[in-house]
Amino acid sequence: MKQIRSALLVFLVLTIITGLMYPIFVTAFARIFFPYEASGSLIIKNGAVIGSSLIGQSFEDPKYFWGRLSATSPVPYNASNSSGSNIGPVNPVLRQSIESRMKTLKDADPGNRDPIPVDLVTSSASGLDPHISIAGALYQAGRVARSRGISESVVQNRIRKNTQGRFLGLVGEPVVNVLRLNIALDELKS
Amino acid sequence: MNLNGIVQSVIFLGILILSAKPLGIYMARVFEGRISANRWCGSVERLIYRFSGIDPDEEMHWTTYAFAMLAFNFLGLVVVYLLQRFQSILPLNPMHLPAVSPDSAFNTAISFATNTNWQGYAGEATMSYLTQMLGLAVQNFVSAATGIAVLVALVRGFVRRETRGIGNFWLDLVRSTIYILLPLSIFLSALLVSQGVVQTFKGYRVVQLVEPIKGSDGNKISTQTLAVGPVASQVAIKQLGTNGGGFFNVNSAHPFENPTPLSNLLEVLAILIISGALCYTFGYMVKDRRQGWALLIAMLLIFVPCLYMCMQIEQAGNPVFTSLGIDQTASTLQPGGNMEGKDARFGIANSVIWATATTAASNGSVNAMHDSFMPLGGLVPMWLIQLGEVIFGGVGSGLYGMIAFVILAVFIAGLMVGRTPEYLGKKIEAYEMKMATITILIPPAVVLLGTAVAVAYPAAKASILNPGVHGFSEVLYAFSSAGNNNGSAFAGLNANTPFYNIALGLAMFFARYWLAIPILAIAGSLAKKRIIPSSAGTLPTHTPLFICFLAAIVLMVGALTFFPALALGPIAEHLMVPSH
Repeated sequence: MKQIRSALLVFLVLTIITGLMYPIFVTAFARIFFPYEASGSLIIKNGAVIGSSLIGQSFEDPKYFWGRLSATSPVPYNASNSSGSNIGPVNPVLRQSIESRMKTLKDADPGNRDPIPVDLVTSSASGLDPHISIAGALYQAGRVARSRGISESVVQNRIRKNTQGRFLGLVGEPVVNVLRLNIALDELKS
Repeated sequence: MNLNGIVQSVIFLGILILSAKPLGIYMARVFEGRISANRWCGSVERLIYRFSGIDPDEEMHWTTYAFAMLAFNFLGLVVVYLLQRFQSILPLNPMHLPAVSPDSAFNTAISFATNTNWQGYAGEATMSYLTQMLGLAVQNFVSAATGIAVLVALVRGFVRRETRGIGNFWLDLVRSTIYILLPLSIFLSALLVSQGVVQTFKGYRVVQLVEPIKGSDGNKISTQTLAVGPVASQVAIKQLGTNGGGFFNVNSAHPFENPTPLSNLLEVLAILIISGALCYTFGYMVKDRRQGWALLIAMLLIFVPCLYMCMQIEQAGNPVFTSLGIDQTASTLQPGGNMEGKDARFGIANSVIWATATTAASNGSVNAMHDSFMPLGGLVPMWLIQLGEVIFGGVGSGLYGMIAFVILAVFIAGLMVGRTPEYLGKKIEAYEMKMATITILIPPAVVLLGTAVAVAYPAAKASILNPGVHGFSEVLYAFSSAGNNNGSAFAGLNANTPFYNIALGLAMFFARYWLAIPILAIAGSLAKKRIIPSSAGTLPTHTPLFICFLAAIVLMVGALTFFPALALGPIAEHLMVPSH
């Protein structure tokens, strides 16, 4: 009986410490020192929030760079329902999805005979991947430049500016932020 | 595998091994009560004891210790269940999420109390902020602290002589929580927030899309709803406590849980850092540090080859891609390899490091979808789970599982040379052997029986996503994960059904407590024994020979038990991959 009473009271104290004081302390710390990061790294343009630089968006227009395939439902890049495809490596659905994506990419850019980089035809783990590889961006540079009527070197320059390298040159993979890149291209006009 | 993969894994392993000694010594001091003796630190702790009516000088018999542990865990289970069932009328529910269904709430309550953190639910669409904090995060702390407490009790069994007491559960629980898990979590969550992990009590944020898209019903959709919440505080402890239950459905693949290469490195280190350092703590407490290193080396001996095998396979990629003319060669411009179910910022190397770490430890968080790994690439994480979660394993539980294997190993070695088996000066006799055997045999029994029932039951088969043998792998992985308290999944399987919620819930329950109780029984039995001074006839348990022997025993039990099942799943699927 004594142990049960102790169990109840210890549970209560530890719940207050780890379930209330701890997250409230971390939230207060975050709000003071990292308000931008803690609230979702939001991109604000003309007073409107147009996305988070950490969360990808769906792009279909040829003048925009396209990101990874997204398996979220009911629409791609649904940021309130993250999900991967979970399709197995020999599942025929995987092959069909890649073939259909290849067709979309080729139709939008018939002259491009380069092999398509793998990250452009595969689904991300989160369904919200904000990045593509540098190869994935360079593959699309010609199409984007033509649709916008600007030179390819300008587009490549923007790709470079929106590329994040490895941490300390060692950890992670170099990636291009698709949303930031597209916003930067839209800003070129104005 | 390429240079990039080697560099990234060496950085990870290097930091992991270097941290074992300092953190290990610190934890030993915590368990020996030396931090509590500090007037300033100890005041909070003493206040907790006074409030809870705990006598800090009370020594518990192993049955009392087990009873206290079970009572405390059962209480947590009930509270998590009730929080989910009543979250709709409780505060901190800005998205007005409804009550969780009874079977899902049952599953999640067991899942978090047992340190498994299997996620049958999608976090951002199911759990209110209050449930996440007061229910799930609290269990993240205390289930981890429970595992550490049981380990510390077992270590005392080796250290003490001719006594009945194996320590006090409340002291071990409170000290593990407030001196180890809490400070590390605060430190880690601060670093994670700096990287972009969100931390807010505000509701989900609606933003304007740059390019509006067409919805499934043909309507134009021009907004995106960003799920946020008090994420960083939760992610820190779910990594450190080998819990693994993510705030979001896709766990640490979600950019708000794991946004950058640095956040990824910190989180993946957090998976193994306490379990690795506990090996050193063990050596320190038994006053023979070589014993601690021996266990850590035996773990690495299995972990490192598994890591590189998985990396090799995933980096080589999928022959289906090659046949379609897709470029999956690694270069300075792209990671290449099998990128299905992996995020670009992690590429192959960091996805694989995570997949092996999270399954070697019973963490179960993911940053890539294991279901989309190549057949043999997915076999590696599944098999690491099936080895019984003793390669690092859960905090506390991994090492006590490994010590059960050590007992088996000294017993077999004793039979070979014809001597009475002993470990650290304690005779290993029939009682210890029986208990150790129970802990080793229960998880495989739960896994294989559960899988057999599920594949014979039509409603359970309907949950499978991928056709053919891969579907069998999904079920086998689910029961392996639950039956070893891991929590990761081949997530194509729709496990949020009454059958899986109940079957996996029971599997998690048995796998946790039917192991912890025999371990405490061993602790109680060992504490009563004399310590035999080592002599020329004593089998040394720190030599390279014994380390290899121990690793071989772990591998042999795991391989022999699961090879037939694996042959029906990933191995059969591997043979179906079209060749180059």
